[in-house]
Amino acid sequence: MIVAFELAVPASPEYIAVVRLVVSSLASARRNLADERIDDLKLAVSEACTNAMEAHRWSGSRDPVVVRVLEADERLEVEIVDHGGGFDPDGLALHPPVTDPSRLDFERGLGIPLIRTLVDLARFERLQDGTRVRMVVFGGPAGDGGDETSEILRAVLADDD
Amino acid sequence: MELGLEVDESRPPYTVLAVTGEVDVYTAPRLRERLVELASQGRNQVVVDLEGVEFLDSTGLGVLVGGLKRLRSNDGDLRLVCTQSRILKVFEITGLTKVFAVSGSVEEATAG
Repeated sequence: MIVAFELAVPASPEYIAVVRLVVSSLASARRNLADERIDDLKLAVSEACTNAMEAHRWSGSRDPVVVRVLEADERLEVEIVDHGGGFDPDGLALHPPVTDPSRLDFERGLGIPLIRTLVDLARFERLQDGTRVRMVVFGGPAGDGGDETSEILRAVLADDD
Repeated sequence: MELGLEVDESRPPYTVLAVTGEVDVYTAPRLRERLVELASQGRNQVVVDLEGVEFLDSTGLGVLVGGLKRLRSNDGDLRLVCTQSRILKVFEITGLTKVFAVSGSVEEATAG
């Protein structure tokens, strides 16, 4: 894996739009990904940044949130590292089914399920003082074969997980 | 990116709130304020037009769910207008298409 890009962002919500723009521009310029996949990645990155910045607000951390884009032959990976104290992704409350009227009491907590659905692989690692979210989309470098290749690759690689 | 919020009262009993731009954790509080304001003014039939929205994340979804809840508790409703697949996808993944009435146009949402 090669680090293509690293950005230390102040933990303040107005910067999330910048992160979205940078990551999606980089992904679309450098990788062979359909626009729809870029949109998925953009949303996943936004959700992860929102969580990171919220964690910083709760913990009072003044450190920046670090956004790192890594590349390998078959994948693009985005890492979001915060110093907001950490959380247990498996300990999250489950939402009631959408047909249940009490579902409307859940206005929050949709971010992590969204991330898990939108990217090909998502990992939430608890660090000593925060969380590292790693999000992977499979797709070769720009100009290298068609979407068909990356579709097959995605299926094979996702099976390994 | 600015969030645009424009209220159109020309289709009573419906109030149409046209949202433009990006809805995320930074801009969503303004959308929430506007929805709370409409509800407190007794505008209970609100149509939120999302056709001009370029990006919407879970914070935006949360605000819309909150608005729906508030309006329903006043015997009202919050309907959405959206045909953009990338925005609809967010509602589909989260199952919220079953909670909101989604129309293809403002005319359709305010008919009848």
